[in-house]
Amino acid sequence: MKIAVLSGKGGTGKTLVTVNLAAAAKIATYIDCDVEEPNGHLFFKPEGVQEEEVSVKIPQVNSELCNGCRKCVDFCNFNALAYIKDKLIIFDDICHSCGGCILLCPEKALTEKAKPIGKVQKGFSGKVTVCTGILNPGEATGVPIINKLLATDNLEKEKLIFIDCPPGSACIVMESIQDADYCVLVAEPTLFGVHNLNIVYELVKLFDIPFGVVLNKCLEEENPAEKFCVDKSIKILGCIPFDHELGTLNSNAEIAVNVNDKYSELFSSLLDTVIKEMQLEATTDS
Amino acid sequence: MKQLLILSGKGGTGKTTIASAFIKLADARAYADCDVDAPNLHLISGWNSTPKKTNYYGLPIAYINQKQCIQCDQCRENCRFEAISIDSRDGQYRVNSFACEGCGVCAYVCPVEAISMNPAVAGELMLFIDENRAFSTAQLKMGSGTSGLLVTEVKKQMKSAEVDADLAIIDGSPGIGCPVIASLSGVDMVLIVAEPSISGISDMERILDTAAKFGTKMAVCINKYDTNIENTEKIEAYCEKRELPIVGRIPFDSDAVKAINNGQTIVEKECSSGTAVKEIFQKTMNLLFTYSK
Repeated sequence: MKIAVLSGKGGTGKTLVTVNLAAAAKIATYIDCDVEEPNGHLFFKPEGVQEEEVSVKIPQVNSELCNGCRKCVDFCNFNALAYIKDKLIIFDDICHSCGGCILLCPEKALTEKAKPIGKVQKGFSGKVTVCTGILNPGEATGVPIINKLLATDNLEKEKLIFIDCPPGSACIVMESIQDADYCVLVAEPTLFGVHNLNIVYELVKLFDIPFGVVLNKCLEEENPAEKFCVDKSIKILGCIPFDHELGTLNSNAEIAVNVNDKYSELFSSLLDTVIKEMQLEATTDS
Repeated sequence: MKQLLILSGKGGTGKTTIASAFIKLADARAYADCDVDAPNLHLISGWNSTPKKTNYYGLPIAYINQKQCIQCDQCRENCRFEAISIDSRDGQYRVNSFACEGCGVCAYVCPVEAISMNPAVAGELMLFIDENRAFSTAQLKMGSGTSGLLVTEVKKQMKSAEVDADLAIIDGSPGIGCPVIASLSGVDMVLIVAEPSISGISDMERILDTAAKFGTKMAVCINKYDTNIENTEKIEAYCEKRELPIVGRIPFDSDAVKAINNGQTIVEKECSSGTAVKEIFQKTMNLLFTYSK
């Protein structure tokens, strides 16, 4: 079972929730799909880490074969090729690796080369398998890294899999949730939090993935995110209080579940609720 | 016009809170929200008028005409984005419009010209404008892949408004990927909003590395600094080592949340975070206008 944790807005507590749910599950796989800014590994401090480079294929030109027909330049919808001063120039950073230019070059002047864009790491923290994707600074898209992380042959199906998603609602989030069995949306009680919660709410509805909301940083005062859930009849899975102790543990990259019984109970009960909801969805679906 | 971009790497450190305060303090005439997949600045920018809206077209999306399709499998085989699959219900070839990046390879390889590339709305640009102010923002359509292009459009739209402004303030998006890279191009200075957590430090280092690749001038401020003094000091030591100016510390302030939830900036009321941001604003303006050419 794959559980994806997302939020729209950044900094609402995706990593806090994902890491602690995985730790509460004890035997689990944690996958950090926030490849632009991965943080889960800072908490788990995995051991026995193995690393694999992720590359994309981009074109390279053999200038002796290129006759300057510019068919590749005209074809490229990303404007990654230009023919300037009798020379074909390839802008590696803009290339989307579609392979079109290589297919259509009548002189066979273009071939593919691998360009590294980041890496995936796999290690262990107790019985939690920790997978992390890391995009190299300056690279535009981490989608190929996410695909590698979520490739089915890399996953152990018998375990609960927790996916820590990037913020936002763009393609990179969609790649992270598309095969998820359940989505946990983390919301904070601010005007910004609610606005962005609405965006990811629309996203999970669009993908028809069952979901529920965790309210984070809850204060005594009125919670606009809670109101949003009540108005839309969205299942509230649990509330995490605004709490300096939890904040400090989290800012020091400690896993709250592992150091304090109070939080261990909080996240274990949240995990139970998530699993029950998932089972409920599975039975109503079939 | 000098352009100041506000970034953070990690999300939720306070980019929009600080951008909105800066806009208020500078009485800025030109500003933009480049966080196109989760925009928030419009919520506290104080505009009541209706913006001028324009559809944003990303790259075209492939469409397969089933009447012409001979199911040769060429399109599926050559698509690098796994956007074409065979529908198990009827055996027809279908395009997943979310996965399609609009490269046109399928249309090129199709032997019977069954595939066309059709324009697709990928978001909406919004421009709030009056006699002397312009605010450019946008909302990306969910799951869309061309956020970098839309960011470029947001900045273009801000400039095209041709307001008489010597300063533009741009609110950025979290992360280090395409929308961030697109927002960095052409700006005069980046203010990084850091957060004193181990995660925040790691993310700050990555955004600094990314911005450094573009050679943009940078400064750092630390938000909610008192939630972890030890980490705040680590950030300051790190910046000193990289010779990056620190323009200030902002305390954690529950009044800040209250102001934002009332649709106000944090400098409109007397509060500790507002006072700190005023000082940061002055220092940032000095850096932006004094040392740059």
